[in-house]
Amino acid sequence: MLLLRLTLSRLLTTLITLVGVAVIVFVVIRVVPGNPIAMMLPPGASAADIDRLKALYGLDKSIAEQFLIWFGNVLHGDFGTSITTRQPVLSLVLDRLPATLELSIMALVIAVIIGVTLAILGTRLRGRKAEAGIDVANGIGLSVPDFLWGLALILLFGVIWPVFQISGRVSPRLELPFTSQFYLFESIVRLRFDLTADLLSHMFMPALALALPLAAIISQLLKQSLKETVNLDYSVLARTKGYSETRVILSEALPNSILPTLTLVGVQFTFLIGGTIIVERLFSYEGLGNMAIDAVINRDLPLIQGIVILFAILFTFVNLAVDMTYAFLNPKLRHA
Amino acid sequence: MSGFLEIRGLSARLAGTGQRLLRSVDISLPAGSVRGLVGESGAGKSMIGKAVLGVLPKAVEIVEGEILLDEQDLLKVPPAERRRLIGAKAALIPQDPLTALNPSRRIGPQITDRLVDILGWEKARAASRALEVLVEVSIPEPERVMRLYPHELSGGMRQRILIASAFAAEPKLIVADEPTTALDVTVQKQILKLISQLQARHGTALLFVTHDLGVVSKVCDTLSVLYAGKVVEDTTVQRFFAAPQHPYSQALLAATPRHTDPAASLQPVPQAVIDAAMAEVAADDAAWRPQGGAHG
Repeated sequence: MLLLRLTLSRLLTTLITLVGVAVIVFVVIRVVPGNPIAMMLPPGASAADIDRLKALYGLDKSIAEQFLIWFGNVLHGDFGTSITTRQPVLSLVLDRLPATLELSIMALVIAVIIGVTLAILGTRLRGRKAEAGIDVANGIGLSVPDFLWGLALILLFGVIWPVFQISGRVSPRLELPFTSQFYLFESIVRLRFDLTADLLSHMFMPALALALPLAAIISQLLKQSLKETVNLDYSVLARTKGYSETRVILSEALPNSILPTLTLVGVQFTFLIGGTIIVERLFSYEGLGNMAIDAVINRDLPLIQGIVILFAILFTFVNLAVDMTYAFLNPKLRHA
Repeated sequence: MSGFLEIRGLSARLAGTGQRLLRSVDISLPAGSVRGLVGESGAGKSMIGKAVLGVLPKAVEIVEGEILLDEQDLLKVPPAERRRLIGAKAALIPQDPLTALNPSRRIGPQITDRLVDILGWEKARAASRALEVLVEVSIPEPERVMRLYPHELSGGMRQRILIASAFAAEPKLIVADEPTTALDVTVQKQILKLISQLQARHGTALLFVTHDLGVVSKVCDTLSVLYAGKVVEDTTVQRFFAAPQHPYSQALLAATPRHTDPAASLQPVPQAVIDAAMAEVAADDAAWRPQGGAHG
């Protein structure tokens, strides 16, 4: 079975990748200037105090030794304890992951909706002024980074026309009946649409900021592909059957243009997840990205390691999902 | 006598440069008859087929003339109505079976879609009609084939499917645009025979676009010889092969390979004939004033 073989070989390369990522992160955050001990002790602490604290966290050993100890623990499911919060890294990180996942997926959905709509519209109106307008919009979407979109959105929907929430994940005054961290998902399942509305109102701007550059890429690429496909023989044949231009784009061209776009969307989606780090900070959204920045500022070495590994796992799973979707959508591969 | 398809004084030009592509083309195709459109590459033979089916490239604009399909001028009908008319009364057998089927859709829906979406048939009726035409074009195991994707079938099979699809709605007119050019020589013959048989059985008018005079002699009743978008000879097949009138027709016939005398065949069209034909076209252009005259 193709899918099974693909999945297994992917899991193997994923493991190798993760070990590589672990080594690099581990070494880099120990080599760069600044150390956690200096953040924990008051100025003027004695050398003996510093040494004692270093020994407590195992930072007096060589980097190789530290890595082996840490890696051995990781194999047992122990990612260490956060230096700043003194809580297990694994539970800290897993607590924040759902928030970031919900935000990223929301952003992806928005990007696909905007991107595909613009691509179809641009193809339908090809050769007219409206297409040039869409091209300009794509150009702007592509050249402005996500955090700048965030600032612009805050100005627009937070200050000038304050309809959305600027800060946080959910209004603090609300009672949350949730048992998991997947707030948005759970609010829908529990039919608490008042909470869904509040969550969406918080999520909308950061999600849109993350989505706009990706939407522009999808729109640009898909339009290009659609414009080629609508001139292929089978599209012409469909027109002679009596189908309208819109129908030809939707049912003949779109299914064949989606595939080449999909691969790129997968790659770009990992960039989007990377973008959550700054955008979450901007909107004080309590996700992994926001936590990552805190961890770096505090030199919370175990936490940084945990977050980076989790991001790496996330990226490889996104790529795997894209490959599997590709195999599923392409009839030639499905039957191979 | 008025044909099922009547093209009268059809002129077309390139939108940007204004270059003339079709020069007052007249073509008459009575119901149930077969007309060949022959000429070299760029003579405009495919373009006439595309004009009839309403799929001219955007860069080509029709300047004047009429395309009467079943006594309705397609150029005067609003676009949505025109599409429906063409979908109901005409069909295309395309040139390249490898690119004319949508790779991501199964065979069945690609045959039944017109019947259901355009003609409003019940799905079950359309499916049984699809089976019927697939049997008619000698597709083995038609039920299974309808569930396959195009890449699972050979070129010859796909062309049979496209032919079946063209005949499925019982159109009164079929435009065959070089339907055998992309196929192996052995398959060409079968496909040609198949189109001929189906045409005769269903009484369909057939506009057969080809550069192959051998094909014309086998399939067609009448033919139009095109040069630079102008019909230089409009005659019956018998008369054409016995005594072509126009010098270009004569040269074209002389250029056709013959099994009987390979050495004497493959004569290039003499330069003098080309010059004369071009002069004729130029004289024609000089005398030509587009009706309405709105365009410079």
